[in-house]
Amino acid sequence: MINLNIIAPEIFLFLSIATLLMIGVFKQNSYSLILNLSFLSLIGTGFLIFLNFGVNEILLESFISDPLSSFSKILISLSCLFVLFSSQRFVKDKNISKFEYPIIILLSVLGMFFMVSSNDLILFYLGLELQSLSLYILASFDRKNIKSAESGIKYFVLSALSSGLLLYGCSLLYGFTGSTNFELIKNSLNSGNIGAVFAMVFILVGLAFKISAVPFHMWTPDVYEGAPTSITSFFAIVPKVAGLVALIRFMDSPFKNILEEWQIIIIFISVASMILGAVAAIGQKNIKRLMAYSSIGHIGYILAGVATGTNSGYSSSLIYMSIYAVMNLGAFSCIYLMKKNGEYVEEISNLSGISKDRPVLAISFLIIFFSLAGIPPLGGFFAKFYVFMSVIESKMYVLATIGLLTTVISAFYYLKIIKTIYFDGNKFKLDDSKSLSVNGTLFMSCFILITFFLYPSILNSLIYNLFG
Amino acid sequence: MNYPILSSIILIPLLGALFIIVSRSKNVNSTISIALFTSLVNFLLCLFLWYLFDETTTEFQFLEEKNWINGFIKFKLGIDGISILFIVLTAFITPICIISCIRSIKTRLKEFLISILILETFMIGVFCSLDLVIFYLFFEAGLIPMFLIIGVWGGSRRVYSAFKFFLYTLLGSVLMLVAIIAIYWITGTTDVTQIYEIKIPKEYQNLLWLAFFSSFAVKMPMWPVHTWLPDAHVEAPTAGSVILAAILLKMAGYGFIRFSIGMFPYGSDYFTPLIFILSIIAIIYTSLVALMQDDMKKLIAYSSVGHMGFVTLGIFTFTQQGIEGSMFQMLSHGLVSAALFLCVGVLYDRMHSRKISDYGGVVNYLPKFSFLFIVFALSALGLPGTSGFIGEFLVLVGAFKKSFILAVLASIGVILAAAYMLWLSKRVIFGETKNSNIKSLRDINISEGVVLSILVFMTIFFGFYPEPLINTFSLSVNNLIENYNNELNLKSLAQN
Repeated sequence: MINLNIIAPEIFLFLSIATLLMIGVFKQNSYSLILNLSFLSLIGTGFLIFLNFGVNEILLESFISDPLSSFSKILISLSCLFVLFSSQRFVKDKNISKFEYPIIILLSVLGMFFMVSSNDLILFYLGLELQSLSLYILASFDRKNIKSAESGIKYFVLSALSSGLLLYGCSLLYGFTGSTNFELIKNSLNSGNIGAVFAMVFILVGLAFKISAVPFHMWTPDVYEGAPTSITSFFAIVPKVAGLVALIRFMDSPFKNILEEWQIIIIFISVASMILGAVAAIGQKNIKRLMAYSSIGHIGYILAGVATGTNSGYSSSLIYMSIYAVMNLGAFSCIYLMKKNGEYVEEISNLSGISKDRPVLAISFLIIFFSLAGIPPLGGFFAKFYVFMSVIESKMYVLATIGLLTTVISAFYYLKIIKTIYFDGNKFKLDDSKSLSVNGTLFMSCFILITFFLYPSILNSLIYNLFG
Repeated sequence: MNYPILSSIILIPLLGALFIIVSRSKNVNSTISIALFTSLVNFLLCLFLWYLFDETTTEFQFLEEKNWINGFIKFKLGIDGISILFIVLTAFITPICIISCIRSIKTRLKEFLISILILETFMIGVFCSLDLVIFYLFFEAGLIPMFLIIGVWGGSRRVYSAFKFFLYTLLGSVLMLVAIIAIYWITGTTDVTQIYEIKIPKEYQNLLWLAFFSSFAVKMPMWPVHTWLPDAHVEAPTAGSVILAAILLKMAGYGFIRFSIGMFPYGSDYFTPLIFILSIIAIIYTSLVALMQDDMKKLIAYSSVGHMGFVTLGIFTFTQQGIEGSMFQMLSHGLVSAALFLCVGVLYDRMHSRKISDYGGVVNYLPKFSFLFIVFALSALGLPGTSGFIGEFLVLVGAFKKSFILAVLASIGVILAAAYMLWLSKRVIFGETKNSNIKSLRDINISEGVVLSILVFMTIFFGFYPEPLINTFSLSVNNLIENYNNELNLKSLAQN
């Protein structure tokens, strides 16, 4: 008897996507209707996931629904909901309000759901490709803008290469273990299996590309800069959650027996991302490029938690990811508000001295960027704190020290933005924004970050229970 | 006593700041009165706390404990003789800063007051917290308002100074965070009182001590990581300099006493020579540098580094007199350096110059001001009868117990301090009036006069009658030294 309940969220999401597509095809100018319906379908999906939360079952040996996947699906749908919600005004202003826009985003969300729920290499690859293909289109969605088109092509070429490597890894793994099922692979692997270690490296490369970890980060700044800001904020948050959870699942399930080989590579990637993210962001003048490097740095810290290979390490990196999502939602809401004479601007110099006429926007920038820098008592500090807690628990003192030293370097460029806002003279005047969705998201993000210290263990008990 | 008095002392300034934000009043005076009222209420509450404080016990008092991070970290507050006076000092200095900024801050006064009040919350939090993570939280959080105070309301090189201040301090502190987390995994707690009981294994102590040292040495500041201080002092507005000198620097001294000595006796013992060398260099070198300064704020900043050298020297003699002297020196320096920065602020508001060479013969036109300035200068150089003397004297007594040469070298610093302070007074207050602008200056007004007179009174009062301060902390210091010696004796017994 097949229990279809555990795959209900995916089925529901797929049916809503199909329905929305039909509405879009047959009804003219249906963008706002479809956008609102996609909010509803995301909420409905979230509700179904919530119903499934305690379940721990495997469907047809390839689809797994466990607390980890449910949690990450909720995180994915929530952050996707807020990304769509906060970007409404921007999408209208940029004239990219076509009905395909929310639908493609939902499709990539569906792909991510399969990524985090897969228990089989083939299903995993299908999910990964579904989300990647949707992302290629999204990156070039503003197709009249040459930069957007360029970023779409660039992302497509590089991502296809990394998917190819990943697929090659999968086939090697199949060749050396005789199975595509995670459980079976786990049982037949041991560290003496050089071929499987090779396969592991290829799979890791593919995953590192998706979460933009150094040295597979080259696409990030260009794509972040070129893509429309609403898509950039989607890129910065949602696919990273999926990539991280897939990484953790690979580590926890098929590669559990070759953890040591895997750990060395993750540590290297983590340190490289932290250092590059901190150093390369210093010279950036475009705020979206800066956010790209900042996200590379943050992925470095998240990977430091993963590198421990312990349950508390995985939990801490998921906590980090959740807080990172809140911070980035806030940061991108701030970027939506950078609007001068009706045009969206991206140069950091446009923020010069805005603290005088826009004190509320300025204080939001202050809270979010100090939080990104990890200064207590804001939420970002606790994200780092939990990660380094588990890193030091595993006695990786050097990794912890390097990580914390890079936070000092990265604090420098966050401070530079604060400096532009607060210390510099007032040269520009930004337009007032009355957009409820952007201001609401910004307020929510700041509120969470400020009050996080009152009850910092709000996520802990939930997330620590996700792992055995 | 179940009333959570420590939490209320921490929260009142924050509530005041929130009230200012919410009230949205455009009227500057009402904003100032809200801020002043809040800080004065807090000061009175702190005095009441001091009155309630029991000097006859070494236990932590007014304990408050709440579950914070489920399962492993508790929000724990409590004070003993070492911390109470710093809390009173903080609450005392804040209203003074608020009064002083009324005239000198011309732009965005409301935001300035909010920053000062939030900073007060964090500073008091540092001295109240009995958990390492909470301590770190407050210790670092103070950087945000201070960064803004220097950067927004500072002088011409404010951006450079604010960045230098922020990054130096952050760099020192992150190593402390590593150490705090490591302590958690070694002992299973970050509760300071429990760590005192459990005792950290000897093999870890040196490294952990160094990690804490990196943070406190920067904050103190000790030579050679002191260079952020002159920059920050010079560029910060008067109120910012006052808070920086009077309280922020004391966090490090407090940290050395509470954490370095209390938790790592072996580490402290092992690194004592390092501290002595750095302190002596700080005392002599920065005094010589202070001689050469033409900027009054810079001169006082370097003299602060020298005075803090005495503090570290005294703490690491591990004698009753040495540590008591250091405590006293920190409190006295809190009053005197605050007063000197206020005096420079008074001159700067009138002349818009901090250069010594622009002044001369001020006594002829500002007699009241000159009298007050000279008292503070004499106190800074440690003249008997002022509070500066008691601290330096006790530290030197402690140093003599430890080593003769140490005390002799430190005494050179006292002589140099006299040299630069007297020379400063000679060039600014006395001498010919070279600059004709000085003739048109007004003498101090009532609010400046009241503030400075209170400080003069306290300086001289505690110079003649230091008992109330020393009694408050002497038992706690005694307990600290006893624990330290017991611990080390165990070691030597084990070796025999």
